[in-house]
Amino acid sequence: MNHANTTTTIDLEVYRYRPELETEPTFDTFTVPLRSDWVILDALNYIKDEIDGTLSYRWSCQMGVCGSCGMMANGEPILTCASFLKNYAPGPIRVEPLANFPVARDLIISMDDFMEKLNRIKPWIIVEEEKPLEEGEYLQTPEQLDEYKQFSMCINCMLCYSACPIYGMEPSFIGPAALALAQRYNLDSRDHGNQQRLDILSTDDGIWQCTFVGECSEVCPENVDPAGAIQQYKVASTNDWWKSKLMPWGNKK
Amino acid sequence: MSYGRYKKNHPWLYHKKPPLLWWVKKWAYVRFILRELTSLGVAFYVVVLLTYVNAVSQGPEAFAVFSDWLKSPLSLGLHGIAFIFVLFHSITWFNLAPKAMVVHLGKKRIPGRIILIMNYSMWFVVTAGFFWLLTTV
Repeated sequence: MNHANTTTTIDLEVYRYRPELETEPTFDTFTVPLRSDWVILDALNYIKDEIDGTLSYRWSCQMGVCGSCGMMANGEPILTCASFLKNYAPGPIRVEPLANFPVARDLIISMDDFMEKLNRIKPWIIVEEEKPLEEGEYLQTPEQLDEYKQFSMCINCMLCYSACPIYGMEPSFIGPAALALAQRYNLDSRDHGNQQRLDILSTDDGIWQCTFVGECSEVCPENVDPAGAIQQYKVASTNDWWKSKLMPWGNKK
Repeated sequence: MSYGRYKKNHPWLYHKKPPLLWWVKKWAYVRFILRELTSLGVAFYVVVLLTYVNAVSQGPEAFAVFSDWLKSPLSLGLHGIAFIFVLFHSITWFNLAPKAMVVHLGKKRIPGRIILIMNYSMWFVVTAGFFWLLTTV
């Protein structure tokens, strides 16, 4: 196997926060081999294995599916398993925990707030009445699938929350991923939970806090486009509001 | 080992609010702030229009005074700045329109490029209409 460039190195300035030792975070600089096939996560694993075993960070699949290894590299939210060291050469690379979240230790953020918000938007299919089993599956045409498929690609990596200045300043904001997922279920032809979600999404902490900065969609590794989802939801809920005022006899769903 | 306020095996979270100038480090954020700030240009035009209407209702003298002010270097300068503001504001918002608008033609979704072209065409037609109104009527 050819591992080119193993002789050169690159420096990683890694954010450290050890609450038992320090009240303010500090940075440690580690020198790691600059291998052309290494991503930032490989470098962090190298540091933990060879230099400092106390470095703490989250990771799992190493293939851009699990959404665990999101961090800031030189101020940009990225998946460390998908960001090659060579693209940052000659370095240094400043590695920090995801912005806008409380830090528990080193590169590990507390995701409690996101998990609570995700649950709040009811990210599951709500049916008015369950069909009897003998009626078979809830079928869907390819066109109906296309309506929401893009928004269903979210891996809950929370990069969008780190890119969102609104969430940084107003942590009560439900935020991009949760709102995109709400839209994913709203647009699903099998779902009837629109009204239930509207009650949550149209509050002050919902869609109207979004000022369309648009960076959530730029950093999304799965091209979910949360910014688009939120704006589309704004248009749809405004239309619904006008319809309910102008045609109160209409059937509200 | 100093533990301070930290209690062993209990998380002590570190959280810091973004600084006031959080937006200066990245062009995308600067562009966003500019888009928001340039709405002041829109406000300026609204104030000018309302003042104009008010001057008309006050009679020919007030109208002449306001018309003279409009021709002053200060007014021309402000109009120049406001025009650049409004242009930036309009273009950045127009470019975002396809993200918010999902339009279906039958079963097919109209691509964003077409929505953009339609919006810009409408803008052009309305502007040309006003231009015609102001120059010929």
